[in-house]
Amino acid sequence: MTAPRHGVAIQAREVSKRFARGKTDVVTALDQVSFEAQHGSLTALVGPDGAGKTTLLRLATGLLRADAGTLTVLGLDVATHPQEIQNRISYMPQRFGLYEDLSVQENLDLYADLHGVTAQERAGRYPRLMEMTALAPFRDRLAGKLSGGMKQKLGLACTLVRSPDLLLLDEPTVGVDPLSRRELWSIVAGLVENEGLSVLVSTSYMDEAERCSHVIVLHEGRTVALGPPQDLSARARGHSFIATASMQESARSLQARLMDMPEIIDAVPHSGHVRTVMREAHAASVPDVRFDPVEPDLEDGLMMLLRAQASVPPAAAAAIELASARPTSDSEIVIEVHDVVRKFGDFTAVNRTSFDVRRGEVFGLLGPNGAGKTTTFRMLCGLLPATSGTLRVAGADLRRARAEARQNVGYVAQKFSLYGDLSIRENLEFFAGAYGLRNSRLKARIDWALDNFDLRERESAAAGLLPGGFQRRLAMAAALLHEPQIVFLDEPTSGADPLARREFWRRITALADHGTTIVVTTHFMEEAEYCDRIMIQDAGRMLAIGTPEAVRAHAAEDGAPAQTMEDAFIAIVANARRQAQDAS
Amino acid sequence: MNAALHRIATLIRKELIAVLKDPRSRLVLFLPIFLQSLLFGYAATFDLNEVPYALLDRDRSQASRDFVARLDGTTVFNRVAILNNARDIDAAIGRKEAILVVQIPDDFERRIQSGQGATVQAITDGRNSNTAGISTAYLSAVVERFNADWSAAHGHAAVPLRVETRAWYNPNLETRWNMIPSLIAALSFLQTLMLTALSVAREREQGTFDQLLVTPLRPREIMIGKAVPPILIGLTQSTIILLVARFWFGIPFQGSLLTLYVGLLLFTTASVGVGLALSAYSATMQQAMLYTFVLLMPMMLLSGLTSAISNMPTAMQYLTLANPLRYAIEMVQRIYLEGAGFEWVYNDMWPLILIAVLTLPTASWLFRHRLV
Amino acid sequence: MTQPAATSRLADALSWRRLVALTRKESRQLVRDRSNLMVGLFLPLLLILIFGYGLSFDVKNAPLALVTEDTSPTAQDVLSGFYLSPYFSPVPLVSMSDALQLLRERRVDGIVYVRADFSRRLARGDATVQVLVNGVDANRARVIEAYAQGAIGSWAAKRASSGEPTLAPAITLESRQWFNEANNSRHFLVPGLIVLIMTLNGALLTSLVIAREWERGTLESLFVTPVHATEIVISKLVPYFMVGLAGLIMCLLSAKLLFFVPIRGSLLLIVFTSMLYLLVSLTTGLLISAATKNQFLASQIALIVGFLPALMLSGFIFDLRSVPAVVRGISHVLPATYYVEALQTLFLAGNVPGLLIRDCAVLAFAAAVLLVLTRVNIRKELA
Repeated sequence: MTAPRHGVAIQAREVSKRFARGKTDVVTALDQVSFEAQHGSLTALVGPDGAGKTTLLRLATGLLRADAGTLTVLGLDVATHPQEIQNRISYMPQRFGLYEDLSVQENLDLYADLHGVTAQERAGRYPRLMEMTALAPFRDRLAGKLSGGMKQKLGLACTLVRSPDLLLLDEPTVGVDPLSRRELWSIVAGLVENEGLSVLVSTSYMDEAERCSHVIVLHEGRTVALGPPQDLSARARGHSFIATASMQESARSLQARLMDMPEIIDAVPHSGHVRTVMREAHAASVPDVRFDPVEPDLEDGLMMLLRAQASVPPAAAAAIELASARPTSDSEIVIEVHDVVRKFGDFTAVNRTSFDVRRGEVFGLLGPNGAGKTTTFRMLCGLLPATSGTLRVAGADLRRARAEARQNVGYVAQKFSLYGDLSIRENLEFFAGAYGLRNSRLKARIDWALDNFDLRERESAAAGLLPGGFQRRLAMAAALLHEPQIVFLDEPTSGADPLARREFWRRITALADHGTTIVVTTHFMEEAEYCDRIMIQDAGRMLAIGTPEAVRAHAAEDGAPAQTMEDAFIAIVANARRQAQDAS
Repeated sequence: MNAALHRIATLIRKELIAVLKDPRSRLVLFLPIFLQSLLFGYAATFDLNEVPYALLDRDRSQASRDFVARLDGTTVFNRVAILNNARDIDAAIGRKEAILVVQIPDDFERRIQSGQGATVQAITDGRNSNTAGISTAYLSAVVERFNADWSAAHGHAAVPLRVETRAWYNPNLETRWNMIPSLIAALSFLQTLMLTALSVAREREQGTFDQLLVTPLRPREIMIGKAVPPILIGLTQSTIILLVARFWFGIPFQGSLLTLYVGLLLFTTASVGVGLALSAYSATMQQAMLYTFVLLMPMMLLSGLTSAISNMPTAMQYLTLANPLRYAIEMVQRIYLEGAGFEWVYNDMWPLILIAVLTLPTASWLFRHRLV
Repeated sequence: MTQPAATSRLADALSWRRLVALTRKESRQLVRDRSNLMVGLFLPLLLILIFGYGLSFDVKNAPLALVTEDTSPTAQDVLSGFYLSPYFSPVPLVSMSDALQLLRERRVDGIVYVRADFSRRLARGDATVQVLVNGVDANRARVIEAYAQGAIGSWAAKRASSGEPTLAPAITLESRQWFNEANNSRHFLVPGLIVLIMTLNGALLTSLVIAREWERGTLESLFVTPVHATEIVISKLVPYFMVGLAGLIMCLLSAKLLFFVPIRGSLLLIVFTSMLYLLVSLTTGLLISAATKNQFLASQIALIVGFLPALMLSGFIFDLRSVPAVVRGISHVLPATYYVEALQTLFLAGNVPGLLIRDCAVLAFAAAVLLVLTRVNIRKELA
């Protein structure tokens, strides 16, 4: 294709899109959005959940029609030339439509055929795609049998079977582990650099947006800022600090304390300290805390920008009301996993894993896609029997699926799995009833859930049609209705925007402070800093366990000292894989 | 116990909301059943109101004209063509203009007069041998009356040997009478089975089933909670058809409503058991649906709805013993038309109980043990 | 010369390579799910067996209670015909109340009752044999009545020929079935079976294929490629068409080799009409699938609008001459009605040009309309 590799790839002029919700209600997804995306560069689309990122991408593909304004893609009006545009672009939707009953190779071939890629071109292209995605050993595996990260990589490979004139990616790294995420980005960056590919990507990871040459910030359907990432970061210049507690205070509790202060816009645990953004351009004075100025990053800039929006509530609003703390000693062990093995056929998903979790602890399970986290989770929740070993949860052997033990456990699955056709209230009523709540207590707990999880305004909307943020809050609320002693959360922040992630952890911190035990998996390595202890798994084996500091230190012993949890994680996993390879 | 009942009630309520909330599925569950019972009530009949026939009268005598006048005097026989020779028979039937050709031989009058008796030939369209048989039966009734009147008119006091026929429970021998009560069981069976078969498979596919399994609900409770709503829906559908049968088609209800509903309850429970077991076994909705169908087709065909079970080969008759619909159709017909009480239909009831007792626990066992 | 221009534009729009790629993908998906093959190949086999051996409208070995209160040889003799008849399996009894009990319990289909004064009254020329049937299954009852009358009638005729001429009726009816001399219901059930199997493919398999892609989100990626909606439609038809043809071949072979149903018309015409109908049934399924975008609804609707009417309203089992005009009107809108007519004719009657041309024209028209509607319903847009 001899398309121009310079100039404007996408031009939006006051584009608006509305959706009818119910009979009378109309939601404005995009409100007079204007921007330009340049050829041969990476443009990021960021913004909270429901900001209109997906709608904008779908408009650019011609799958949706704008209600007003003009959208020009590759010099063609989308409204009049959708097919011409579709012939020239590649698009990776949030949920890439892989055919799960076709193999990796068959999926690739299908898209190559659809795009008219010749056998000659394939001979050059396939080996590179295979090398980039590391899918070569799995060519004949059915796509449905791949792990989440591998599926995303295959999806990307399918969109790259030829060099499109424009590549549109909708949150390509949701649910993808840090290793695969780095690989995916190096594939895309390489194509931009070497082939002058034009890319528009929506993402909720700010470190990804930071790698783009241009960032568009959407909020509630409007563009609130656009420009190079450095310009956005610069908005927080002078506001960013690293906070260090002088007392023996955990990063999590310091973060929660700072977050509740009106002078502070944002606080996130970071390598044992807390990264803080001040409302004013100087450090607030907090007893026993030292603030050191630091260079702002894109996330700091974005938080400045978003907290300035009238509709964004202050961080402290996410705190939840809880009954008084449970009167039990902190040392009590509530989860006991001893030498657990789980096999599927001759494949060992979890291999000889042992760990304990104490009451009130936040325990993080980290690992690449396919490491065995979800299998461990399912065993802990009594959904899957272990092949051998013992699991005790809340004092009962959950393998025998004792209903009494389940009474003490709350579970939030990875994928949204409440009843999509039931309303928020109906879902809550069902789970409350299923957990045996009745009458006034049932009513009180549902009111608690609606108020504390900010669900009241849409309580009668069908859960399946809600934006992702609502669904995640609803899922968590439903799992907490019966005030369980232990809560299991499987990737609760996947696909969540920075604001929602802050809210989530604020709630988790509050729960843990009140004696609720939390077991959580995540692909955001900085979130591991919220945990009291973490365990890193790969290929079913335990690689490291301990406090975040200990794990970072552990990684340092193995080679280069790890600054961030992400570096530590990658070092530990890569090292273990290397050793496994050497051994075999 | 009390807590368990409460949990089950919560699940039942949720299931009912999930099925009935969407106006489209409400429509799909109750409107078609009403329309179908009307439509099939009219269509599912072996009776003929009209027999288009062609006449090939080789005699053209007074006697043959008398006979034809008899035919045309009925409301059923409708002469559509007069043929001149045997070659036309093929065309008249082949093109479906007539389903019956009445051929009167050239010696018709002579033979009757002489007391030897004549033969009238009826040629029917065997493409539907059923219709063919019925039209012949109608014709033979006309012949019978002609004979009686003939002998009376010609001095024979009466026919020396008469066959007197009477049909019990359905004096006018209307197919509709047997067909529509059968639909009370058959039509609701279809949708109830499909609905149940999808219920667990849908939750599995959407991931909500795990969420259900981590609640204190025991598999037995889930089973009951999942079974009751389709049973209620099935009984509602049956009631719709019952009302159509009684009040639209005016088929007199001879039995007791109590017996009928006890029977229907057992039947719906058994079919829901089959559906749930299938659903618990299936990994996806598609599988659940297709497996249901593979089971449903033979069940419908081997239920006695369209073709009598006693006509089947022995091996197939044994197969029908596992078919809940077989018992239900016989039971409903007997209660509805024959006014049978419990003492007459208990033989149809206990197999239904047996099917339910086997399938429901299987389903509940599969909930936890079938990992997909 | 506008024709070639138009053709080449279409050829531009549709690409062989894409079509082949999509069709290959559909075929693989079809073959990899066992449940598809169950419905596509196993179910037809099962139906062939059921229709061939299980279903029958012919009355054979109907249990019949024979009650004689008259012990005279004449009275015994009048019932002798029932013992020889293949239609009945007689249960001799002496008490009417026993017989009624059996009738109530459905252990007999009917009762033939010869009263104590039978031979005395026969001598007077005024005898009656009573035939009592369970009328619940009206059709069966009527046939049993007729056979019972026949058995008694032939006894009378035999008696008449041996010296009592007054007993001869003025007219005896001799009936013959054109196209189905053996009066074998299998002969009309087997063509009906083919209709059923051809309908199944559409009602079940294709009704899910587009809805499934909507639910799984695969269409979103597929749409943003050079692919044409028309190519999607065609690629979804081809593999299921093949499965349908396989079903047809199984049916034709079993009709010929297992059930000995005559094929009097042209085999080629049978295959041709079946292909037309297959297209109709597959596009019906696709249309439902494209319009609902939801597997649950699609399956229920396919069952209600696609399958049941083809079974009940097409004239395959029930004759439509006697139904009210509205119902008949509906049946005349159903393509299955024309296919049933064409098949029954082709199998048993032969090539009847007038009838077949009309049937094929209706089927072709229906297929065209449904194809256009399906195509219109698959727009490359998210609602």
